[in-house]
Amino acid sequence: MQKIFTMHVDVDAFLPATEEEKEYMVQMRPSSTFFKDGVKRLLKNRVATISLIIILLITLSSIFIPMFWPYSYDSMLGVRPGKPVDASYNNLAPFTYGKTELKMIDNGEKVFPHVFGTDASGRDYFVRVVYGTRISLAVGFFASIIVLIIGMTVGSIAGYCGGKVDLVIMRIVDIIYSLPDMLMVILLASVLKTTLGPALEGTALEKIGSNIISLFIVFGVLYWVSMSRLIRGQILSLREQEYVLASRAAGARGGWVIRKHLLPNCISVVIISTALQIPNAIFTESYLSFLGLGVNAPMPSLGSLASDALNGLSSYPSRLVIPAVVISLIVLSLNLFGDGLRDAFDPKLRT
Amino acid sequence: MNSKTLVYILKRIGLAILTVWVVITVTFFVMHAVPGGPFMSEKAVSPAAQAALEAKYGLDKPLIEQYFTYLKDIVTKFDFGPSLKQRGRQVIDVIRDGMRTSVKLGVIAAAGAAAAGIPLGAVAALRRNKLIDKVIMVITTAFVSMPSFIMGSLLLVLFAIRWALLPANGSTAQGLILPIITLALYPMAYITRLTRSSMLDVLGQDYIRTAKAKGVSGVKIIFGHALKNSLIPVITYFGPMLAYIVTGSLVVEQIFAVPGIGRAFVSSITNRDYPMVMGTTIILAVLIVVMNLVSDILYKVVDPRINLD
Repeated sequence: MQKIFTMHVDVDAFLPATEEEKEYMVQMRPSSTFFKDGVKRLLKNRVATISLIIILLITLSSIFIPMFWPYSYDSMLGVRPGKPVDASYNNLAPFTYGKTELKMIDNGEKVFPHVFGTDASGRDYFVRVVYGTRISLAVGFFASIIVLIIGMTVGSIAGYCGGKVDLVIMRIVDIIYSLPDMLMVILLASVLKTTLGPALEGTALEKIGSNIISLFIVFGVLYWVSMSRLIRGQILSLREQEYVLASRAAGARGGWVIRKHLLPNCISVVIISTALQIPNAIFTESYLSFLGLGVNAPMPSLGSLASDALNGLSSYPSRLVIPAVVISLIVLSLNLFGDGLRDAFDPKLRT
Repeated sequence: MNSKTLVYILKRIGLAILTVWVVITVTFFVMHAVPGGPFMSEKAVSPAAQAALEAKYGLDKPLIEQYFTYLKDIVTKFDFGPSLKQRGRQVIDVIRDGMRTSVKLGVIAAAGAAAAGIPLGAVAALRRNKLIDKVIMVITTAFVSMPSFIMGSLLLVLFAIRWALLPANGSTAQGLILPIITLALYPMAYITRLTRSSMLDVLGQDYIRTAKAKGVSGVKIIFGHALKNSLIPVITYFGPMLAYIVTGSLVVEQIFAVPGIGRAFVSSITNRDYPMVMGTTIILAVLIVVMNLVSDILYKVVDPRINLD
């Protein structure tokens, strides 16, 4: 066919593809998303996977075991209404029984064993450890969520607005960052214990105790700074991207751009540092418990169990060793898992 | 030292002073927010005696005036007022007494941690993925993930009670051995890991390969080139290490009954000796802030390429 007009479209270019050409277009394997890639890398990391399994096991058992365990964390087994206190239940060794229980066994009844024995007040130690783990994990988790929310909000505002707002926020961050955190925690916890205690009486928060609330307050006031620094840095580089410009050209406002475009892109950094924040909070809680500024008795936490165990340390070392091992296991596996997350999801930080 | 470094140092000092002021202010107002006032005692005191007591300590004046007096006394006279529970003693004297033991404890622990951690880290890096590296890494990981009070209690049970090798009471010189070890283990493990990773980083650099190609001996490469440069990140840890030792000493001194500032601080919290709590918080905070300042400046001077802002 002869071309008459230069404007003519070349018809040959629009022929249907042959079978052979179609072969080239077949996807050898489905395309992978960033998230899928990360999960795959994470699962390949054996240390991180084992840590994740340990964390999940500990978390699930701390949630579900107290539900069906025949003993509760605060019931003293030797104390029965209307009868003198049966001291044979105090300080039981693992898998031994109190007097009335022995009688029941002799009668052919089945008695659930005290796996870790009992403590000085005759409370089943196993369920106390499990319950303490639950409290410690919950404290760590909620403290990190508080840090996450405050740090993310402040960091993204500073990063997105820039200029004077950024300058003022970052100076405040600098000062808070250089405050000695532990001393401030102790100071606030010791003061809030006396001020918050009466104010909380009768409310639902009373059970948690003023010390844990003050721990949350301290985390909210002090520990958000490193998170906000991290997020600000990310946002600063992300906001220069073309898609942000495009979004703003289309009429998007600041809040929308931050929520829809900037934060999703620094989500990996956020998740990683949140994961690494949890062991930090658990550490702080156990430290405060040791100083007598932890959870309110009779509620146990791993830290308070360990510090209670110090009184009878030479006779019953296992009561210290058990919570100590659990704390170390949780902190260690969370740290290793956090490292694994970082390696898998943040290629830039990989060493 | 160029002018940029100088500006950085001045800025950093300014920030440190500001931080100390924030600590003093926060401590003061937080302590005075306690209902009943810091001088309320459990014992029944007649209103006249109470008023006399308050007048004596200047508590009848408005809060803001008390604050400025407190601030002025600290800055000009280094005076933190009298202790409430240890009658007749000034807070600063109690702190000075406690410091004598605590500083000894802290300095030896810090020096020990560095002296053991740096060689261990270097060995681990040089024998990377060999058995000794793995052993060192496993042990240090265990140390890093154990709270200091648990470490201290375990050492107490094993060495002082089970095997009776060392005294459990920390008031004698020999009794300080266990608390020092307890305090040193975490920083030692941390320094080991830090040295190892930065040493591995340095060993992969071009100038190490150049030195090797030139035929420089292994010892000279390790000590002359690699170790020196890999210690730079370790400098930054000195500030946090001191902060750790200060807070760690609170519990360690409690466990081993060391007559130091940490124990004085904890007992002042339980006794509600507020001037003591305030004074100790401020002094320890100043110590930590200054140490952070020194380690940051040192870092900047040693390696001017680093941009810390």
